[in-house]
Amino acid sequence: MSHRLSSGGRLINRANPVSFAFNGRTMRGFEGDTLASALLGEDQMLMGRSFKYHRPRGVVASGAEEPNALVGLGRDHSYEPNARATTTELFEGLEAETQNHWPSLEFDIGAINARLSRFLPAGFYYKMFLWPRSFWKHVYEPFIRESAGLGKPPKRRDKDHYEHFNVTTDVLVVGGGIAGLTAAMAAGEAGSQVLLVEQTAHWGGRAPVDGPQIDDMAPNAWVTQVVSALQAMPNVEMRNRCMGAGVYDHGYALLSERISDHAPDKAGPRQRLWKVRAAQIITATGAIERPLSFAGNDLPGVMLASAVRDYIVNFGVAPGKRTVVVTNNDDAYRTALTLKAAGLEVPAILDAREDATGALDEDARAAGIRVITGRGIASVIGKGRVEVVHVCAQDSDGADYEAIEADCVAMSGGWSPVVHLWSHAGGKLTWDEADAHFRPDPDRAPKGASGEVFVRTAGTASGALTTEDALVDANRTGQAAAMALGHKARGPAPRAEPESRQVTAPIWLMPENAPYEKRAKSWLDFQNDVKVSDVELAAQEGYESVEHTKRYTTLGMATDQGKLSNINGLAVLAKSLGVAIPDVGTTTFRPPYTPVPLGAISGEAQGALFQPIRKTPIHDWHEANGAHFEPVGQWRRPYAFPKSGESVEDAVAREVTTTRQSVGLLDASTLGKLIVKGPDAGRFLDMLYTNMMSTLKVGKCRYGLMCSENGFLIDDGVVARIDEHTWLCHTTSGGADSIHGAMEEWLQTEWWDWKVYVANVTEQFAQIGVVGPKAREVLDAVSASFDLSKDGLPFMGWVEGSLGGIPARVFRISFSGELSYEIAVPANHGRAFWDMMLEAGNPHGITPYGTEALHIMRAEKGFIMIGDETDGTVIPQDLGLNWAISKKKDDYLGKRAQMRSHMTDPLRWKLVGLETLDGSVLPDGAYAVDEGDTVNGQRNTQGRVTSSYHSPTLGRGIAMGLVERGPDRMGEVVNFPALDGSPQEARIVSPVFYDPDGEKQNV
Amino acid sequence: MGRYSVFAIAREAFRDHSGWTRAWGNPAPKKRYDAIIIGAGGHGLATAYYLGKNHGLKNVAILEKGWLGGGNTGRNTTIIRSNYLQDPSAAIYEKARGLYEDLSQELNYNVMFSPRGVLMLAQTEHEIRGYKRTAYANALQGVSTEFVGPKRVKELCPIMEIRGPRYPVLGALWQPRGGTARHDAVAWGYARKCSEMGMDVIQQCEVTGVRTERGKVVGVSTTKGDIECAKLGIVVAGHSGHVADMAGFRLPIDSVALQALVSEPVKPCMDVVVMANTVHGYMSQSDKGEMVIGGGTDGFNNYTQRGSFHHIEETVRALCETFPMISRLKMLRQWGGIVDITGDRSPILSKTPVEGVFINCGWGTGGFKAIPGSGWGFAELMAKGESPLTAEFGLDRFREGRFIDESVAAGVAH
Repeated sequence: MSHRLSSGGRLINRANPVSFAFNGRTMRGFEGDTLASALLGEDQMLMGRSFKYHRPRGVVASGAEEPNALVGLGRDHSYEPNARATTTELFEGLEAETQNHWPSLEFDIGAINARLSRFLPAGFYYKMFLWPRSFWKHVYEPFIRESAGLGKPPKRRDKDHYEHFNVTTDVLVVGGGIAGLTAAMAAGEAGSQVLLVEQTAHWGGRAPVDGPQIDDMAPNAWVTQVVSALQAMPNVEMRNRCMGAGVYDHGYALLSERISDHAPDKAGPRQRLWKVRAAQIITATGAIERPLSFAGNDLPGVMLASAVRDYIVNFGVAPGKRTVVVTNNDDAYRTALTLKAAGLEVPAILDAREDATGALDEDARAAGIRVITGRGIASVIGKGRVEVVHVCAQDSDGADYEAIEADCVAMSGGWSPVVHLWSHAGGKLTWDEADAHFRPDPDRAPKGASGEVFVRTAGTASGALTTEDALVDANRTGQAAAMALGHKARGPAPRAEPESRQVTAPIWLMPENAPYEKRAKSWLDFQNDVKVSDVELAAQEGYESVEHTKRYTTLGMATDQGKLSNINGLAVLAKSLGVAIPDVGTTTFRPPYTPVPLGAISGEAQGALFQPIRKTPIHDWHEANGAHFEPVGQWRRPYAFPKSGESVEDAVAREVTTTRQSVGLLDASTLGKLIVKGPDAGRFLDMLYTNMMSTLKVGKCRYGLMCSENGFLIDDGVVARIDEHTWLCHTTSGGADSIHGAMEEWLQTEWWDWKVYVANVTEQFAQIGVVGPKAREVLDAVSASFDLSKDGLPFMGWVEGSLGGIPARVFRISFSGELSYEIAVPANHGRAFWDMMLEAGNPHGITPYGTEALHIMRAEKGFIMIGDETDGTVIPQDLGLNWAISKKKDDYLGKRAQMRSHMTDPLRWKLVGLETLDGSVLPDGAYAVDEGDTVNGQRNTQGRVTSSYHSPTLGRGIAMGLVERGPDRMGEVVNFPALDGSPQEARIVSPVFYDPDGEKQNV
Repeated sequence: MGRYSVFAIAREAFRDHSGWTRAWGNPAPKKRYDAIIIGAGGHGLATAYYLGKNHGLKNVAILEKGWLGGGNTGRNTTIIRSNYLQDPSAAIYEKARGLYEDLSQELNYNVMFSPRGVLMLAQTEHEIRGYKRTAYANALQGVSTEFVGPKRVKELCPIMEIRGPRYPVLGALWQPRGGTARHDAVAWGYARKCSEMGMDVIQQCEVTGVRTERGKVVGVSTTKGDIECAKLGIVVAGHSGHVADMAGFRLPIDSVALQALVSEPVKPCMDVVVMANTVHGYMSQSDKGEMVIGGGTDGFNNYTQRGSFHHIEETVRALCETFPMISRLKMLRQWGGIVDITGDRSPILSKTPVEGVFINCGWGTGGFKAIPGSGWGFAELMAKGESPLTAEFGLDRFREGRFIDESVAAGVAH
């Protein structure tokens, strides 16, 4: 049984006990424990259930690679599913519950799947559940979904918040073990700016657990000294609890820092996402031990050898009382020695190699441990926990040699460098025969745009498995990174005592010739329940590519992303296919290294901060006066201003009527305003607009259309010429940014030698429309420095000066068909001007109006609206706007496109007005049907409704639409069926329903 | 090749699954085929399958430079829907959706088509109008959709926050028979059937040249030697430009990275597929329990199958806003694929300037849902020289300006 030792545990503080709840039971650990170590200390080896077979599972590892010990943490607003117990730092009051079982961890109905496992091999679901068809959705799939999944989904909104850091650095070092420290020191001493991060709470990695002396110091002391030295260097920044999540092109790296997960009462964000641009990235990410594949290797109590000694040395916890060590390399001997030193029993070391002659072997024998070479495990037996280890010859089919009673198995299948970050940005790997692992190939490193190497590896992450080699490698890498930045680096590496090391035997299955029933119990992927037999089945069925095998068996697709299983799995695949391991290759490593909360990726941009709300200078007045808003891009625009007790529809009708009969006030500040200036500005605008803008006279306005290269109408607005070299282009509210962007793109890529500057001054001005027959009287009520009379400021003219003491530009333009002035004032005068107009308009019953009244009034006049009458398939010629297309120009954007055969097809759908026969409102978006069907059996259509409103002015429905040859078919009645197919007839009429001669706007 | 069934599983269970045979063969190329398809993704394999099944053309090879199904077929977010606006799009996507309904039985391979329903959220007045219009169009196209209000949206997807605050959900276009399928299984199922019909699926065989004589295709050069053919179908998505270049013509296509990600798996909490175009993101929950998430494309052309992280950030932000409970779920894996995007964001299924060479590309961000329909139509085009499903998707439309623009209906990658 697992238990707390009476002494030891370099990371725990026995003076400070901590209590926590596990499945509702109160347990105790110590400050410095992880949840996993504390559970082991309480003899809680069983920590979860596997994904597919719901098999009972204990903790296997001691770090980020853990596949089994996943728990739900916290509750309600701080509940987090699938948290790894091995990396969860214990705190007072922590609440954890196990997952994926019903009704309880100890007794799980779902474990019936394990009984049925022979019927559920890899890919079984592709071969069954085929009949009857409807059963998949209604019976099989819901059952599969319910038994899959892992943790419960959170139900509540996250109580925490997250933040982002954006930083640049010369050198980013990921990993704070001895290699990372050494590389950071080498680069830092050379003068590079260094950011050093470590995913755990502790510096030094695994060296303090079992490393040899460094520079004649115990590794722990050496680490402390180097950390202090680095902390004293002004050019070095260090963060622990900060995981290197991903490396992207151009030296971009993503780090995930845990701030208060271990201290939930701490103020501030829960986690922080670092977005780093580093000139050089060093991955000092260490190596991960591989499991061995033998029957029963998933029983609770079977653990990685390194994890067993981590628990003893770091936490003073023993996973078992009698531990059998099984290995194909030297390193696991250290575990045996550690166990022995802690006073625990080690009945045997089973070394699958034929010879074991190294120094460690001698130490083990000297410590009185029985070392048996050439042997492996035939099977591990036990009821929910290791009880008996059956030993066999490795080179056999598993015939029993002897049985050893034990409650723990410490296994080591060799070490694999952590190559994830190296691989994310395209670094390639090479197979190392002696150590039986893939390691980064320095000749095929990730490279930047100009061919320079920007990711390097240090220490065991490079494949340097002894402390001595790792330090030399890390020093060299740190110096190389600094030198790549032009810094001078020199100085020897820290010295470590040499360690003897023999080759790792490539043992991928134990025993070598294990029969099917053993291979079907030899787990590769513990979480996803992928066994040796599953990978073999994939190969047998032709899923030969490593990607096929992965996807067919789900090997490596669990929450640990195959940190323990990938290499073992592809070794089994290689053997099944009869090819060498490097010829099988690896699957693609993708970010993040370990999972990152979605909330952390999202950052502060949630709720009110999700996207900025753009506000006009008059926004506060709208809010205070009950505006009913609608989102328009990032703006919120008043849709209408209902008075108390008034419905939105009634408000809209009132606003239209008041404006048409007297005067209305519109906040048009969201309208895009782009200043286009320069000696070539006129020529530039002639290319952008279909109209001629270069000939526009100073003091005049012109309505302009802009098309895409493909000829489609994308934006419209009034252009005013300010002076010889300056034009002010109004765009739609939604189009301001994109049109500005498009102008810049053309200027920067196509007409880079034209002398034109563009500035987006949308937010520099408030723009207010004073609209209606009384508009001039309202303006006359305030003092003006210019003449606003019919002839003083004629339609489509503009003047600049002072209005009511406020600097203003007055444009005499109309989108309503009424006498109308749009007045632009500096943004900070916007609200004062609005108030002034309200007061001046008071005697006339002036009303503010919103976007819906605006839309209705423009539709009554037959004015098009971008996004209603256009949808990316409509050209100006479809909308009867030929008058706004200059015939004199050689070219404009879209001109050539508009000459294509389909664009000039006489059968194109063209703009018309539509009225129902009974005065009702046609549904927006309805299609007009035509005789017959298309070749694909769809109803033929001949038009559609683009805008449709109830007109308060006319007291009936009005609509605009695009109809095949529409303008030639005035008076014809067409059918726009309702969704249920019932007919809705409408007559084709002129789109100008109100004041067709334009008399109202010209008074 | 044996039939798959629960009985076959039971039989094999008692002989250690030793009787399962290869799902598809591993043949060496023959000297000559009646038709060669370049690209063993979903579209290429479906094309081959329907060439055999519908047109009796079985002397066919499908050449794949990597592993079959390894391109966008194996990288997408598996959404299936047909609620398109324009008639030609609705026709081919609905054909595909209809074929998906029976595909598991037809292929004797469970592709796990799950018509769990697709919600496309309207979060602006403009979107409401757009989706109502789509519903009208769909009604005449024989596509079953409905515009539903926010209350119904909440019932269909309780984990959604419909009250905003930034962009409250105002309604949605609901396609109840849209859904998802297992993407790999679609490629594998077609590959298995093609193999069963005697076709050669040849992996690790990169085409290095297209050989023509007097303007007509006669074969291809590959890393496994020269192969002759009478007809050639190019179905290579992001790499269409390269292969077209080998055949001597150019394509109006941009290749850009599209990214996706999955969360760690959790128990079922979301039954429907939700797409939110205003905030740019979409999400569904896989049968394994992962939240499958996608967003927009990169703004620059490239072939890396990676992408810029800020797109992931934008997408995740949108989805945390729409589904606040996902904030403490964790991103497990992110990846990218290279999608081929045309000027009107609609595909190209067309004859080409080279006689005997046909191209099927330009599916952009939404090709997975179209696989069966695309294969059906493209096979007909290759076999007969024309197909009603593909008639409007010819290359000549760019010269004529006859665009099929779906930007109204799909403002975001999908």
